[in-house]
This record gives sequence, structure tokens and C-alpha cells, in this order.
Amino acid sequence: MKYESQRVAMPYFIFALVLFAGQIVFGLVLGMQYVVGDFLFPEIPFNVARMVHTNLLIVWLLFGFMGATYYLVPEEAQTELYSPLLAWILFWVFAVAGTLTILGYLFVDYATLADITMNKLLPTMGREFLEQPTITKIGIALVVVGFLFNIMMTALKGRKTVVNIVLITGLIGLAVLWLFSFYNPSNLTTDKYFWWFVVHLWVEGVWELIMAAILAYVLIKITGVDREVIEKWLYIIIAMALITGIIGTGHHFFWIGPPEYWLWLGSVFSALEPLPFFMMVLFAFTMINRRKRNHPNKAAMLWAMGTAVMAFLGAGVWGFLHTLAPINYYTHGTQLTAAHGHMAFYGAYVMIVLTIISYAMPIMRGRPYGNSNTAQVVEMWGFWLMTISMVFITLFLTGAGILQIWLQRIPESGEALSFMATQDNIVLFYWARMIAGCFFMAGLVVYFGSFFIKGQASFDEEVRGAAIQDA
Amino acid sequence: MAERFTKSMARNIYLGGSTFFILLFLVLTFDTQSRAMPERDNRDQLTEEVVRGKHVWENNNCVGCHSLMGEGAYFAPELANVFDRRGAADSDVFKAYMNAWMNAMPTNVPGRRQMPQFNLTDQEINDLSSFLEWTSKIDDNGWPPNIEG
Repeated sequence: MKYESQRVAMPYFIFALVLFAGQIVFGLVLGMQYVVGDFLFPEIPFNVARMVHTNLLIVWLLFGFMGATYYLVPEEAQTELYSPLLAWILFWVFAVAGTLTILGYLFVDYATLADITMNKLLPTMGREFLEQPTITKIGIALVVVGFLFNIMMTALKGRKTVVNIVLITGLIGLAVLWLFSFYNPSNLTTDKYFWWFVVHLWVEGVWELIMAAILAYVLIKITGVDREVIEKWLYIIIAMALITGIIGTGHHFFWIGPPEYWLWLGSVFSALEPLPFFMMVLFAFTMINRRKRNHPNKAAMLWAMGTAVMAFLGAGVWGFLHTLAPINYYTHGTQLTAAHGHMAFYGAYVMIVLTIISYAMPIMRGRPYGNSNTAQVVEMWGFWLMTISMVFITLFLTGAGILQIWLQRIPESGEALSFMATQDNIVLFYWARMIAGCFFMAGLVVYFGSFFIKGQASFDEEVRGAAIQDA
Repeated sequence: MAERFTKSMARNIYLGGSTFFILLFLVLTFDTQSRAMPERDNRDQLTEEVVRGKHVWENNNCVGCHSLMGEGAYFAPELANVFDRRGAADSDVFKAYMNAWMNAMPTNVPGRRQMPQFNLTDQEINDLSSFLEWTSKIDDNGWPPNIEG
């Protein structure tokens, strides 16, 4: 760590991981409700648990992105953070607001929550992933604006690198697109159309810039490959992401009202969306093959390769499976969508945050070459347990989805099974998914355990070539 | 990558490509919203009742279990075509059905998925029904494939 103020990333990472654990606990609750329908009813109905599960994910990824940004922007700009105090204040504001919102979901009836937060004045609640009370949405907007101000002041006074420019572009995009969460017209089709401006243009647009920038930063650090080469890759990856992903939004417009030309546009462009993810795989493996140093933090390198591969599989391959309109006609809104969602979020965004945590956390804890070998081995066990579990969760949900489509969607009206009858027929897949979910939880516990193992790696472990100065 | 492919070329592809596709997306959005949608979403039938019904839908987080036009959660049945499925595409039949259904929840059958009791007033149930009826009439390119949603 070159600048003392980078350390403000630490509380962001720790809080992100705490929320991650909460997300998985509620994931298990949901998994149980899929097999035992009245599990925890009426105390925690499915919609509440799901809201907690998805909102915790969004909030902890935002904490992770912010932590990553506070860590890497000062180092890239070669200057201290503009205001560590502001970063601390915003941390507490966001942490308290986020916690209160989650507690509100759990302990207050949703309609009452809408009432006491005066949703009437500016109704934005009750839409998938955007369930937060309007006041929380305003809070998120203010925190992000303060955060961007702090980061841009830092970046502007220092060295301008491509990593910083791309990361900050992605974060500005995130902030601007968030404004669409406040637009909730009474016409459902218009509502849905612009709802995707937040949801799709985040995860299949600007978040890819954030992910690629963080990946590029970690690769510069652990491989020692020339910055020029890495920056060229970074530009071409994000070019592909936006060229395919923006019009690719059309794959969400097939069945919610927009005209038929979206069937073509959405199919063609979203079929190309795996490209940037495939390039990220090539990028990570090529850079690591051409590495100029053997960084002793092997765990961080594993995460960097893992996130590229899993993002390609989850977002790329599993997305492509059902993105063409004639196929999506049958798969839309089935468990296949859930399968894709799980592996894509885990591969692309969970793992990129865990990558930067794996790289930066040891440094902030005074272990510049990474954790001890034992700690790294335990962390890698966590990596494999979580990742393989997620592969199985995805496969079982895919199985459930295919069977659901076969029973409920493909037959003619009159012959097709009803939704609930279909669910009864695929419960075996839900049990299998539940078991895989328990293994995921075990992996998370192992991963957390790695943080409590003492000791650090040493400089001597760099065997191939001397450690070069950071580019 | 070949040496003659330089970083500034990569940057220009990024800037040029993303600018072009952002503009194209804005043009398409304008066309979709201003020309195409008014003919497809029967907005002339978007009554006060339907608007109130949308708020009932939102304030009770219905999308947390159900899907609507395939979007939402996949724990409970699709509702964009429930007007056709349970209401025989008849307003009065559907409203009577909705009233009976909403007041009968939860079933409390052990082990079955449970829908909470939302304590809606008769008018709220009426509004919600109108919202779902209006939704069922949006031109959504013929989705879902069959009545089961």
C-alpha cells in the first residue's frame, strides 16, 4: 500500500463481506421455501426473503465496488485520497441506511413500509430489485454523488491512467442510470421499459466497465505485465461490452410491449454479448502466462482467473442459451432465467469483488506479499467450494427450468400443466439445488476462516525474476 | 494482438463504438416510446382504476413472488394473463374470482406455498383486477405460449 488513505477501503470490504453472509443465509431460506412451501410462513414470506436476498447482493456489491475504488484510484493516481473523512462519513451513512432498510423489510409489513416512508409522494417501490423505499433510493443517490466527488477530486489531481478513467466512467454511468429508478410512470409498459435502463444497463453495461477496470488493475499488480498492453486489452473489452450490450438491452423488450423490431435487434446484439466476457478470459490467461513476476499472492491470481471464466460461463454462455427470441419465447421467466442470474452475478460481480479483496486486504493488513501459505490454501478451498457449488446450483436450476418449459410452456393450452402442478414435478431439482446451496454456505465459512489465519507470504517466494517496481 | 494494433486505436473503437450505439439506442427508444407503444399498450384504456391498481400491485410487493409479463419472481404463477386464465376474459367473472381468492388466503395447507393475507379493501381488489385486466391486453408479441403462463 503506497498511500495511507487507501486504507479506507477496509471497512467497505469488511461490511461487504458481512452483507454477503446475510445474502447467503436468506438464499438458503428461499431454497427451503422452494421445497417446503410454508417454511417460516407467515413470519418471513417468500417475497420478503427474496427482497432481502437480492437487495443485500446489490448493496454489498456496491460496497465492494466502492472499496475497490477507494483502494485503487489513489494508487493509480499516485496521490492520497481527496478526503478520507468524507469516505468514512459516507461509509457510515450507507451502512446505517442499508441496515435500516433491510430491517424494515424484515420487521415491517411492506405496505406499511411504503406508507410510513411516504411512498405516495414519489412512488418508486414494489418493482423487482428496486423495492427500496424512495428515501433509501435518495440516500443511495446522495452517497454515490459524494463518493464520486471524492474519487474525481482524487483522480483529477493525480496521474490519469486508463484504469482510473474506465473505472470512473463506469461509476458515473452507474450513478446516472440510477436516476431511472425514480421514474415510475403509471403505464406498466413504459415503467418496465425504463426499469431496464437501471437493471440491464447496470449489469450488462456500466458494471462491466467497473469489472474490467478492477480486473486490469489486479492483473497489472500480480503479473507485472506492461501497463500499455493491459490498457489496450481493457479498451477493447469495454468497447465490446458497450457495442453489444447497449442494443442488447432489446432482449428484455421481446415480451413486455415494445415493437417487433426488438426481436431482431435484441437477439442479434445480445448473442454477441458473450464476446467481452470471452475476451476477459483470454485477457486474464494471456497476461498471467506472460507474467514478469511470480506474485506470492496465488489466491488473488486464482480469483482473477476464476472471475473471468465464471463470468464467461454464467453471463456469456448461460445468457446465450436463452437470448434468441424464438427460444426466449419458451424460456422467459422460468427457472432457466434464475440459473443464468445466479451464475452470472456470482461469476462476474461477486468474484471480481472477492478478487480485489483477495489482493488488497492482505496489503492493508500489513502483509505486502499476501497471506501465509496456509491462509491462501484455506482461501482457495473457499474459492473451489463456493464456485463448484454455484456450478451445481446453476445446473440444477437449469434442469428445473428445462423440465418446467417441457411441462408448462411447450404443450398447447389444455394439455400444458399448470404452474403449481409443474412446480410439484420438479421438486427433486429444488432439493438438489438446496443441497448445493448448503455446500456454498460451507465454502463461505471456509473462506471467512482464511481471514483469521496469521502469518504472511515473503518476498523470497517470488522465484521467477525479481519483483519489478509497479508499472 | 499484433503490434500495429495500438492502444489509441483500441480507445477510438471504444469511444466511437459506444457513442454510436448510445445514440442509436436513444433513437430507437424515441421511436418505441412515441410511435410504436401508443398502438400496442392500449393506453386509452388506462383509467384511474388501473393506475390505482398498479399502486396496489406495487405497495404489496406482488412481484416478489409472481411474475408479470415474465418478469419478477418465479415462486408463484404468471399474472399478465390471469384475466384470461381465471377470469374467462370477462371483467365481472374475474372480479368475483379475485375477491374470493384474495379473501381466502392463506390456505394454510401444510407444506404448500402460502400466499399472505394482504387485507385489501373491496375497492383495492377491484382496482388490482382492473390493472391485471388492462395488462392482459397489452400487445406483447403473443407471449406467453399458452394459457398457463
